[in-house]
Amino acid sequence: MAYELKQVRNTLVVKLTGELDLLISERLRKEIDNRLEDNGIKNLIFNMERVSFIDSSGLGLIIGRYKKINANSGRMYIVGASNNVEKILLFSGINKLVPIYNQEQDIINI
Amino acid sequence: MKTSLRLGVMNVKNNVRLEFIGIPENVSFARSCIGAFAAQLDCTLEDIEEIKLVVSEAVSNSIIHGYGGSREGSVTIEASLYDNRTIEITVIDYGCGIEDLEQAMKPSYSSDPARMGLGFTFMKSFMDEMEVVSKPHEGTSVRLKRSFLQREQQAYA
Repeated sequence: MAYELKQVRNTLVVKLTGELDLLISERLRKEIDNRLEDNGIKNLIFNMERVSFIDSSGLGLIIGRYKKINANSGRMYIVGASNNVEKILLFSGINKLVPIYNQEQDIINI
Repeated sequence: MKTSLRLGVMNVKNNVRLEFIGIPENVSFARSCIGAFAAQLDCTLEDIEEIKLVVSEAVSNSIIHGYGGSREGSVTIEASLYDNRTIEITVIDYGCGIEDLEQAMKPSYSSDPARMGLGFTFMKSFMDEMEVVSKPHEGTSVRLKRSFLQREQQAYA
């Protein structure tokens, strides 16, 4: 699993590659939370175009970040979930809190 | 475990047993192994993904709850394929056990706020049978079973 964190104005874009499970969620949680505290970031985008697997640890990572972003009146989005991943996201109901878009461009256009 | 002894009803076609240290690094190893084993059932890729998911959930539970993230203690997985296109997977840890099993199995219950409490919900939803046996201070065993023959028959019924 590789990931890339990119800041665009007050939005942090997290681009993930691989499988989002317990191991990766723990690592990524620390990294994202550090960035959220340091840099005056308000919004968060999870780009999941290259994520092939997610389980409840990965969902926990997303929902935990959502709580922080939401408490700070920011917005959070998921983009590019594959069929496999989207199925799990919809099953969990997370899409009711964090909207899912096809690509980053769709959010910029909102 | 006595999973492999339950013969007579169904014949075991294949059986594997894995044992590894309960650390997050091994969750991916465990689900990939069992996913590859389940591929012998000749089911769809989507089915394999669901099996990988439930293994991931059960093993993560053992690591987080059974061993409290201590990185000590082993997890055993025994998996069997039966001749009627059925897979049975048992994930065993020797950790702290679950005090209140009924509460632990409720949807969205989690003793850890960073997780969604969906582990058992996924296991129940994607498998035909789930049986959890737990004893405080001795450990937890989760037996999961799914038959692909049944689903096919239901589909054509």
